[in-house]
Amino acid sequence: MSTLLLIEQVLNGLQLGVMLFLMAAGLTLIFGVMGLINLAHGSLYMVGAFAAAAVAAATGSFLLALAASLAAAAAAGAVIELGVIRRLYDRDHLDQVLATFALILVFSEGTRWIFGSFPLFLEVPDYLSGPVTLFGGIQYPLYRLVIILAGLGIAAGLFLLIGRTRIGIQIRAGEADREMIAALGIDITRLYTLVFALGAALAGLAGALVGAIQSVQVGMGEPVLILAFVVIVIGGIGSVKGALVGALLVGLTDTLGRSFLPGLFGLIMEPAAATTVGSALASMAIYILMAGVLLFRPRGLFGVA
Amino acid sequence: MSIARTISTAAIAAAIALGAASARAEGVKVGMITTLSGGGAGLGIDARDGFMLAVKQAGDAGIEVIIEDDQRKPDVAVQLADKMIQSDKVDVLTGIIWSNLAMAVVPAAVAQGKFYLSVNAAPSALAGKGCNPNYFSVAYQNDNLHEAAGAYIANAGYKKPFILAPNYPAGKDSLTGFKRFYTGELAGEVYTKLGQTDYAAEIAQIRASGADSVFFFLPGGMGISFMKQYADSGVGLPVVGPAFSFDQGILGAVGEAALGVKNTSQWSKDIDNAANKAFVESFQAEYGRLPSLYAAQGFDTANLLISALAKADISDADAFRAALEAADFASVRGDFAFAPNNHPIQDIYVREVIKEGEVITNKIVGVAIEDRSNAYVDECKM
Repeated sequence: MSTLLLIEQVLNGLQLGVMLFLMAAGLTLIFGVMGLINLAHGSLYMVGAFAAAAVAAATGSFLLALAASLAAAAAAGAVIELGVIRRLYDRDHLDQVLATFALILVFSEGTRWIFGSFPLFLEVPDYLSGPVTLFGGIQYPLYRLVIILAGLGIAAGLFLLIGRTRIGIQIRAGEADREMIAALGIDITRLYTLVFALGAALAGLAGALVGAIQSVQVGMGEPVLILAFVVIVIGGIGSVKGALVGALLVGLTDTLGRSFLPGLFGLIMEPAAATTVGSALASMAIYILMAGVLLFRPRGLFGVA
Repeated sequence: MSIARTISTAAIAAAIALGAASARAEGVKVGMITTLSGGGAGLGIDARDGFMLAVKQAGDAGIEVIIEDDQRKPDVAVQLADKMIQSDKVDVLTGIIWSNLAMAVVPAAVAQGKFYLSVNAAPSALAGKGCNPNYFSVAYQNDNLHEAAGAYIANAGYKKPFILAPNYPAGKDSLTGFKRFYTGELAGEVYTKLGQTDYAAEIAQIRASGADSVFFFLPGGMGISFMKQYADSGVGLPVVGPAFSFDQGILGAVGEAALGVKNTSQWSKDIDNAANKAFVESFQAEYGRLPSLYAAQGFDTANLLISALAKADISDADAFRAALEAADFASVRGDFAFAPNNHPIQDIYVREVIKEGEVITNKIVGVAIEDRSNAYVDECKM
């Protein structure tokens, strides 16, 4: 294993982590502010990817496609918040899980109904495609670098929004005490719709960014949703800072585990067995990480007791 | 009774006779369980459309097809099979795409004396020790396309392929099948997580491994993701895979990233025979899209059934079984016969992904293995 390969894999891990953060940030915001478990978050990710693919096919512009993903996911988020989610805030988590699971089915079949059963085409625009040469001669895809930078930029923007703006103060206050903030004359229902749409837009953007290098298909959101839940459990439910740290931890653990565990086992076992054991363990690595974190910090790294 | 009344009564009677063909002695009731919703729906829809096209072309062959969606869930497939066998009283089951669903449904169905004709899934467990006289795979045995890829890599003179597949039974079978026909050195062998969507780590390993070619088996969305990311990485080594990742339904989503990739398939739209030409044309005319591998398999499955019905009555199971074994139908693949364990003996081709006008599609560039049967014939005792 060379140092360059290690650096390349660390970059890959960061990129996966940043994408997971975009998903997890919305999920954790929604849970933190409204106490809602939203299984349909993966569907909003899918909505973003499909909107981007449709707009890219119609206009040929990747930037327009990204804008469309934000708008479509935010709109879908606002619509389900007004129509369905709003009725769930006072119900227990089981009701929320049931209702949002139903939303997954509705979104999946609805998308299939509109776009058909075959995966859609969405590609990296020419000006972002292909590899660039980094320090030390590492060949790294430009698009993935752009994802890392864009994701970190969005994370910074989100922290500014929550830490420095009036809306951010309301969001934090809503998290702490929703009756009090309502009593102080803040329109809490409007705030909830706004936060939900914001979380949805982030998921939609993640879907569009990732859709360019993955498969835009019905059901694409559910595997990512599971990872996003792992991220927010590790980071501490409700904490955006925790979501960032958790996402990067999960991204790095998953990528580095997949790349190096089979090789490490190869040092002490015969190759066939090492491949089997290494791959199996790599698949479990993030869940072992989660179990380990929960053992020492039952509320996650940045969770509030 | 007036003349008009008589005519309309006759028309209704005819319509009823057409609709309820099972009422006729020589009719057959087919239960099709396939995936029509969710992520894998494209495959099931193609298999269904190919099957129904053949049924339609046969005219009134006395076939009634009941189609249900298994949602790609084994438990749903089992319930549907029970319902079809118990209350719909079907004679023949077909349609399952995924091997894990086939494993859940097929053994119980054939144990109850039903026939099962597989349009796609053909796990090794049902080809070897678990084979059954009433179970026929019309598509292939699961290992076939991977074996052909191994044979192609060996014949093309590559010395150090890097191979990868998902970490589940079909993935392991894939790499085992590949290594059955490629016995040289490997640059690396990697099992990825099932459903994985990001392959940056694996692509970096490929780049660092000194490989001269890449073989991968990543069905569905996994393959689309891998190919797009691979093309964007600039690694640029030649890629070989089974047809699943380069089939018509998927190529549109991969785009030009797939151009030049070699893939192995028992069917291609340019196989030169009359049955295939007619199939490709009529499928396009009927559904407005190019047929895929799965559509061709569905079409052949229905035609096999129709050919057997012409020879024997379904109520005489032994005669009907013998008629199926004879495989006396014009396969879109050309030569087609069943091995003793009821899996096909057929040529496996190498196709290359090309651009035909604006459409990305495949053309045959050679034969990987001629008259390939399967590795499990000797294990099958029936």
